[in-house]
Amino acid sequence: MNNTNTKIMNRFDVTSRLIAKLKQGEAVIGGIGNTNFDLWAAGHRPQNFYMLGSMGLAFPIALGVALAQPDRRVFALEGDGSLLMQLGALSTIAALKPKNLTMIVMDNGIYQITGAQPTPAAGVADLVAIAQGSGLTNSAWAADEQDFERLVDQAMSADEPSLIALRIDDKPGVGTTRRDPVQIRERFMHGLGVREPL
Amino acid sequence: MAIAEQHNSTQASGDTSWHGIVLQTLKRNEIRLIPYVPDRVLTPLIKNLHADAFFTTFATAREEEAVGIVSGAWMGGRRGAVLMQTSGFATLANTLASLAVPYQIPLIMFVSERGTLGEFNYGQSLVCRTMRPVLDSLAIEHHTITRLDELEFIVDRSIKQAVTTQAPVALILSPLLTGGKVFEK
Repeated sequence: MNNTNTKIMNRFDVTSRLIAKLKQGEAVIGGIGNTNFDLWAAGHRPQNFYMLGSMGLAFPIALGVALAQPDRRVFALEGDGSLLMQLGALSTIAALKPKNLTMIVMDNGIYQITGAQPTPAAGVADLVAIAQGSGLTNSAWAADEQDFERLVDQAMSADEPSLIALRIDDKPGVGTTRRDPVQIRERFMHGLGVREPL
Repeated sequence: MAIAEQHNSTQASGDTSWHGIVLQTLKRNEIRLIPYVPDRVLTPLIKNLHADAFFTTFATAREEEAVGIVSGAWMGGRRGAVLMQTSGFATLANTLASLAVPYQIPLIMFVSERGTLGEFNYGQSLVCRTMRPVLDSLAIEHHTITRLDELEFIVDRSIKQAVTTQAPVALILSPLLTGGKVFEK
């Protein structure tokens, strides 16, 4: 594990730091559970998409958005447990090399929402090493909050996909996303300029 | 009359094979993004999609991943379709029930049908039996295409219906249409 020197951060805090940096209508895909709860709690934006199921698909959904709108920056927020469900997606993204996609992994080593059971990767696997081994060379652990912000700034001007992993604490999400999938999807499409409201 | 005109449009492009008709119908409906998990029967279609710069065609590690990609792309204003085999469809129940159906995403799926009409692998024949019950239980529109003369009509109309009603559709390509895969010593 190469992340032992990294500070344990808080999901809501780092999500809020990310959102504060987004001034250009960047799209953000929030993975299932606490990840999108904290995205919601950080303040709803029309360019936010909240997943209510399909665990592990935050990166693939974000890849689709990034391919559809190459001039818009796209961020995907995913938990470590979710990422473990769909590790193959890292290779797909590495192969396609979307210039506008940034992946953020919140790693607490547990399935917090189901009762804080440890993931099979906890303590044995290094998610950044997995990403690098999958071909995502621009992957790094954030050492602390300032380092996270620096890595986000770098990702914003990078011409290749970036992956930023953070160690986070075991706290649940701060808010709860309103579970209205059609409205979430429709508002997101308005936010991306694909549709006008009725 | 409309059907005859559609047939003329495909015949004018030269390729009246099943995969040629599918490719041309995708193009005519502005379906540009084609992630797939491969299948032997789909090989000529996949090869020709790769060779045509109109399409962005690539393999994914799992079918769920491909569904996520075309769902995101559609929300971003770009149409896509997913190619897979029967056994791959069987991995999708959760994604269909928690993403495509409740978010009302016009997910267009082409499923090369294994498991019937000469199947040699018992596992394929068993998993095939789960496909239509899963589609029916989620009330997902699906058609099994057996005839070349009906192919363009079904594909074209199904794509248009999926987009306008914002609902998924599965187009099952029967061995009667494609020849299927047969046991070779």
